[in-house]
Amino acid sequence: MSTDTPSSDKTVATSLPVIGRSATRIDGPLKVSGVARYSSDFHFPGMLYAVPVCARIASGTIQSIDTAAAAAMPGVQKIYTRENIGTFYRVPKSSKAQIDERRPPLEDDEVRYYGQYVAVVVADTFEQATAAADKVVATYAGTKAPDVRMKLSPDEKPETDTERGDPDKAFGKAAVTVDHVYTTPPETHNPIELHASVALWDGDRFTLYETSQAIMNHRAVMAKMLGVPQENLRVITEYLGSGFGGKLWPWPHALLAAAAARDLHRPIKLVVTRQMMFHNVGHRTNTQQRVRLGAGKDGKLVSLQQDFIQHSSRLDDTKEDCGEATGFLYSTPNLRVTSAFARRDIAPNTSMRGPGAVPGLYAVESAMDELAIALKMDPVELRLINEPEIDESKNIPFSSRHLKECLTTGAETFGWSKRNPAVGSMRDKGVILGWGMAACSWIASRADATASVMINADGSVRVASGTQDIGTGTYTMLAQMVSELIGVDMDKVKVVIGDSGLPAGPFSGGSMATASLIPAVAQASREAIEQLLKSASESDAAFAKVDADELAFTNGRVYRKNESPEQGRRFEDVLNAARLGHVEGSGKAKGTMGDKHPKYSSHSYGAHFVEVSWEPAIARLRIKRVVSVIDAGKIINPMTGRNQIEGAVTMGIGMALFEETRYDARNGMAINSNLADYVMVTHADAPDIDVVFLDYPDTKLNEVGARGIGEIGIAGLAAAVTAAVHHATGVRVRDLPVHVEDLLVSKVA
Amino acid sequence: MEPFTYSRASQTRDAIAAAANASTAQQGAEVRFVAGGTTLIDLMKLNVERPQQVVDINHLPLSEVETLADGRLKIGALVRNSDLAHHSVVQRDYAVLSEALLAGASTQLRNMASTGGNLLQRTRCNYFRDADMPCNKREPGSGCSAIKGANRNLAILGTSDHCIATNPSDMNVALAALEAVIVVQGTQGERQVPIDAFFLLPGTTPERETVLQPGDLITHVLLPAPVKGSRSHYLKLRDRASYEFALASAAVVFATEAGKISHVRIALGGVGTKPWRSPEAEKALQGHSPTPENFAAAAAVALRDAQPQNENAFKVDLAQRCLTHALTTVANV
Repeated sequence: MSTDTPSSDKTVATSLPVIGRSATRIDGPLKVSGVARYSSDFHFPGMLYAVPVCARIASGTIQSIDTAAAAAMPGVQKIYTRENIGTFYRVPKSSKAQIDERRPPLEDDEVRYYGQYVAVVVADTFEQATAAADKVVATYAGTKAPDVRMKLSPDEKPETDTERGDPDKAFGKAAVTVDHVYTTPPETHNPIELHASVALWDGDRFTLYETSQAIMNHRAVMAKMLGVPQENLRVITEYLGSGFGGKLWPWPHALLAAAAARDLHRPIKLVVTRQMMFHNVGHRTNTQQRVRLGAGKDGKLVSLQQDFIQHSSRLDDTKEDCGEATGFLYSTPNLRVTSAFARRDIAPNTSMRGPGAVPGLYAVESAMDELAIALKMDPVELRLINEPEIDESKNIPFSSRHLKECLTTGAETFGWSKRNPAVGSMRDKGVILGWGMAACSWIASRADATASVMINADGSVRVASGTQDIGTGTYTMLAQMVSELIGVDMDKVKVVIGDSGLPAGPFSGGSMATASLIPAVAQASREAIEQLLKSASESDAAFAKVDADELAFTNGRVYRKNESPEQGRRFEDVLNAARLGHVEGSGKAKGTMGDKHPKYSSHSYGAHFVEVSWEPAIARLRIKRVVSVIDAGKIINPMTGRNQIEGAVTMGIGMALFEETRYDARNGMAINSNLADYVMVTHADAPDIDVVFLDYPDTKLNEVGARGIGEIGIAGLAAAVTAAVHHATGVRVRDLPVHVEDLLVSKVA
Repeated sequence: MEPFTYSRASQTRDAIAAAANASTAQQGAEVRFVAGGTTLIDLMKLNVERPQQVVDINHLPLSEVETLADGRLKIGALVRNSDLAHHSVVQRDYAVLSEALLAGASTQLRNMASTGGNLLQRTRCNYFRDADMPCNKREPGSGCSAIKGANRNLAILGTSDHCIATNPSDMNVALAALEAVIVVQGTQGERQVPIDAFFLLPGTTPERETVLQPGDLITHVLLPAPVKGSRSHYLKLRDRASYEFALASAAVVFATEAGKISHVRIALGGVGTKPWRSPEAEKALQGHSPTPENFAAAAAVALRDAQPQNENAFKVDLAQRCLTHALTTVANV
């Protein structure tokens, strides 16, 4: 099958909702009516509440923890410190189990970041536990002013991540060059659902209700750290109020809840506060990136260099791979990406929507815009002429790449040809308009996945996998897949996910869940159908002496291929005739993630076009409209897909204009650790967003050709915004977020 | 949060009697009135406010808006921000107040927040809200963390070496421009305090923000009868389009006669340690022509004494643009 034919979005001759058609979320009514249970919604008889005590310094040694006053307070059951929390084990670095804060909570007396847990109070009510936690007094020795500087220099010699040719020499000889440093600040994940754990221990087994984007990994990590066999630990995440990467890997609070449950033999609920969200569950590190581009007068890139530094915590070094997309985005014979860490007295960082590529593309795509200006060339044209034939970093072909069409379609949809490149030259009703654009890319990969599909004697179909729905539509996507593959209406499909006892499914991260589930679910569905047809052939009198391969199925019926479906038998009749409660198929698909020798370079691509308005009289900048053209393979559900891109674009506007976590240099605290002071996009800031999917199936990735869409929409967006800001104001902002004070120097009036 | 007792006042005098036992009505008050609770409860959770007694005044008969015979508007202290903003008389005669209220907070908060409570809204200075950091307003004598800390959002007018915290209210800025009078009931009876005298500058005592004494209860706000032929406007500038405190705001009330400015009242928000009335800027405009040049010159006068910090020098420029634009808008020139 050619990957270069857009898949048909024509109406299919069936009433069934099928792949490629918009479907409303099957979990939507449950969520808006409050029926869907999020992890902190679970209550159990005898449940107690745990509230952690957080360090109020960022660097020092605990000398003592006075719990006497707190212990005497009403309702307090127990207070845990390092002395009595019990043993936590570590996850070996060689393990595949992922965790970004390797030190277990309360392991030693060193405080390495503000907010680090030093104790945990368990009481009858949340209010009692909170009040008592306030009264636990920790004293410290050797308290130092924390190093939370945002200006970074490498702690060690930078590592070369990818390299080809001689970029220094080519840069030195290039006709046109740009050489700038771009920075992005620390950002904090603020999903509306707080992280939470509800832990149960029955003397032998743990049941953990967690806010996890990766229940299987959560089980693996918790089993290791709690020292129990994996089969004695069950992780449940029925619904997530999003996570943005912050809920991918377990955080220390989950261990505190589990340890307290084990010790007290009572269910324990621990809900992380919004303030703790800024310290105890990861954040996106700040980055400082020097980008050097060299080009000929024709605009062809001759050299591309990106040297980035990120902060990391004292003990962990989670990489924000800013060069993730740099090696293959454009054609250039000479290229180098280097990376380095600068340790700070800040809590461990973690993945945040589009880790690496998002800050990375802000820098590289900003530099491309600056290069276009230096060349006096249209920025769309500059990208088009630097389109590579193959992935030049790996010397392999692309599985499916349509960046050029993203650029040209985007330009056309946006009306880019009407752009006057002169700064401040475009106006609408007295307001100055700025138009900017940027390209983007994100990983297309698959994780290992297994799934089970059952066709039941009541005519329903059940699909199960140990994955979870971060809120993006995994429930709905699975129902659509199975509806199409089994041939039943979507409302006949029951989707069972969010339980680690199910066949191991993928994590919800890296925009991989959908792509990963497809082959496993397809295989499971085919197996189930095969069994259904076989049992029809063997046991249903209606099909006596008919071979299974002479049978077909559709609309919940099995029928002879030479007859019409209406003459066939309903699935439930077939199964009842065979006295079968159900037939079941299972599917298993090995992932492509981490493949050292891939045959194809698989990525999603896109182009953003942004219009900003600038009112110099009151220094007011607003985003007016965005056109995003996305090449993310086959789109299974255009409605939820568009919703993903719109959300990501909106978050990208926040990254460009608002979001920034600020750590105070005196105590290391994130001083804006609340939703009023940590500024994110509101509805009033969200512009018109026009999303166009190219919809080319990438069948080298999976049989449907679907990639992932959770992250591609935020990649590159900030660069398109700052390009538009420059076009409107003449001010080039290289340090995000764009602040009004940066723009007051604008001469445009 | 500290344990506290809760009581519900059914009569004004009960509320006053309960609060009169406190040693202060300012920071550290042992007795607090609660109406909407949008500031108080938040600060209690942060251990910034630690009242021993909370008196619920929501059942007092202070929820009416009425036009007095002399043309003044009498606003009950319990009138919710949403109701006040959408009140037909306010929209018609005091547009600046309606606009200011709707520029503040979120719908949910406005539905709860009361007129009296908004007057007493506390600063959003990060260090006032972080009970671990020194703050002269929260703990007198402990020092000001904001002066060398995160002060982008803080004040540039009316500051002292002890405090640079901004009065965060939008409503107060409009009330300052409208020359509102605060009606206070106390142990000695009723008194009426002009809004400009109601708020105190931080000086060496930033923990004292208003003239309120123990037992004092704000019962009403009085607005003078609208000036004939006047128009008013509130302009708020901030990073995002909604739900954020002002970087700079301006409330203006304005009238002309025979092509000259006959009446002008100016107050600034987001830049002052109290709602910042600028009589100097008013004087610069009174009797002059309503031209953009004159407005810009007046705006420069309003910011003449600004003392910015390391992060907020831009506010001097921004506030001038804000005021100039608000005047230009209201004058329609």
